[in-house]
Amino acid sequence: MAALLKVEGLKKYFEIRKSLFSRPIYVKAVNDVSFEIQKGSIFAVVGESGSGKSTLGRTVIKLIEPTSGKILYDGHDITQIEKKDFLEFRRRMQIVQQDPYNSLHPRKLVKDIVGEGLKIHFKMRSDEIYVRIKEILELVGMREEHMFRYPHEFSGGQRQRIAIARALVLRPEFLVLDEPTSALDVSVQARVLTLLKELREKFGLTYMFITHNLAVVDHMATHVAVMYLGKIMEMGSKEDIFERAAHPYTKALLDSIPSFGTGRRIRSIPRGEIPNPANPPSGCVFHTRCTQAVEMCKVEEPKLVEVSPGHFCRCHFCG
Amino acid sequence: MRGSLLNVENLRVVFYTYRGVIKALNGVRLWLNEEERLAVVGETGCGKSVTALSIMRLIEPPGEITTGKVEFLGQDLLSLSEEEMEKVRGKSISMIFQEPVAALNPVFKVGFQIAEAIAHSQNISIKDAYQLVPEALTMVGLDWKRTMNLYAHELSGGMAQRVMIAMALAVKPKLLIADEPTSALDVTIQAQILELLDDLVKVSKNAVIFITHDLAVASEFCDRVAVMYAGNVVEVAKSDEIFAHPLHPYTVGLIDSIPLVGQRKELKGIPGVVPDLVDPPSGCRFHPRCQRAFGRCKVELPDLIEVSENHFVACHLYAAGDRNGSVAES
Repeated sequence: MAALLKVEGLKKYFEIRKSLFSRPIYVKAVNDVSFEIQKGSIFAVVGESGSGKSTLGRTVIKLIEPTSGKILYDGHDITQIEKKDFLEFRRRMQIVQQDPYNSLHPRKLVKDIVGEGLKIHFKMRSDEIYVRIKEILELVGMREEHMFRYPHEFSGGQRQRIAIARALVLRPEFLVLDEPTSALDVSVQARVLTLLKELREKFGLTYMFITHNLAVVDHMATHVAVMYLGKIMEMGSKEDIFERAAHPYTKALLDSIPSFGTGRRIRSIPRGEIPNPANPPSGCVFHTRCTQAVEMCKVEEPKLVEVSPGHFCRCHFCG
Repeated sequence: MRGSLLNVENLRVVFYTYRGVIKALNGVRLWLNEEERLAVVGETGCGKSVTALSIMRLIEPPGEITTGKVEFLGQDLLSLSEEEMEKVRGKSISMIFQEPVAALNPVFKVGFQIAEAIAHSQNISIKDAYQLVPEALTMVGLDWKRTMNLYAHELSGGMAQRVMIAMALAVKPKLLIADEPTSALDVTIQAQILELLDDLVKVSKNAVIFITHDLAVASEFCDRVAVMYAGNVVEVAKSDEIFAHPLHPYTVGLIDSIPLVGQRKELKGIPGVVPDLVDPPSGCRFHPRCQRAFGRCKVELPDLIEVSENHFVACHLYAAGDRNGSVAES
């Protein structure tokens, strides 16, 4: 399989200043991240709040400009492409955002929300556009009459279907799904996840699936990257992460998931809180919460090493 | 079935809005024994938080408790005057909330707020109550010297929830109501808070009503689970029983919707949407979404009946003592 998206040394820093004249501080939201997404796979990015997973998702499709690094999409370095030539890539890479209550324009009809991209990207007659919108809405489980309603008339699950339709109407190849089901109830989440799986098979899509929910990752993903404070801590196939987790943080995350119907388990919960991303710990960023940390972890930053083919881990003790 | 600590019977709550009257609770029945932990589980809008607020009598206009009984230690809380209720709130029953940072007062220091809660519950002066604050904060694993002088906005979500727990348990309540206490927190912090709460409640031996949308959290933390749907309690059973043998079609659908680590299964979900409670469906409120619904479901609201020992379900499929649900087939 060929890599559809290849990211090398990607950095995104946000500048914050306490006052106009003070020295700027940089929040390293994405700090030297490299990975590959194979065509047709579902690449999950997991992490807690402040890990930089959403920033990563927005940066790889250039909704925000990276500070440095390369993003190779289908062989083209999209960081070097001029804005006017970028339109074609914009069509091929789409995003579904977390909160369907805020991501849809409240004063536009569903047909205009879904059809806006068609007007920008294709020279289509309005009757053709109408047919395309109708088709795509039916595909995500909505009906023709829904085209003439406003977003507030729909439930959360239906709104997320509209957001998915808006992304898919342009026939993209690559979809960034940024916590697409976090705002939904479980019975609704289940049906949206099933829909996303069906659509991937039907159109041969590639997903980058951003979430904090490991159970959803296990259900959906083929590959997983675990992020913590802007860095990838562990990356590999789903089996590598769920059956052979090498990094203490991954193990802690897996242990923190409440189990179900099996009573209480013994867990190794990481102590302390997630540090402030503007002021991350020295050495290994996880050392303040790690149960296995030693002196070396406080000073020396571990490298991302390949522990077995395709399975990477950033820890001094995972070799 | 009656509990030794709390009995909620036929509780009905409505909210008057410009769209019409929202029938939020439709005859809720719950019971709780001393030292018992009950989870109230359900999806958005099922009335789980309204139930908790009704027990505390915190429903304010446009909401109204129309009928029902909330019997706490033999006393009907709904018949008490507001002054008498003040003596129950924050003394015998205390509560923690979903958004801990928002639940704290932004203009007072954490130490003062805890002292105030203790002073109110024990009828002592604030000055005397201050002496008890370090103990309360240490109990929840915080550095009291530092935390006492912080304001709410200076706390992280996990710390703020620890402060809320300190405040709620410092008054030594008989009953703690926890309304989605970990839903806004990251998984590692959620695990910490649940473990802390578990340890503290083991020592303080108060009963807990734990409101959550997360069935897994409920099963880990609680002895018994009550599942709510659209203003009704539809099933009540021991935690392990409800997950091993769910009976109500809604509970079955809910459990089939949850992705679990290490389990290959197809997520089914539940067809349809949660009904609008201004104009709720007749009979069983779940019948429009239920695949096993039959004629009777449309007209008659099923009672919560005991079908096997300590397993209660409100569904016409199950006649008393029969857990095979054979009524529909006959």
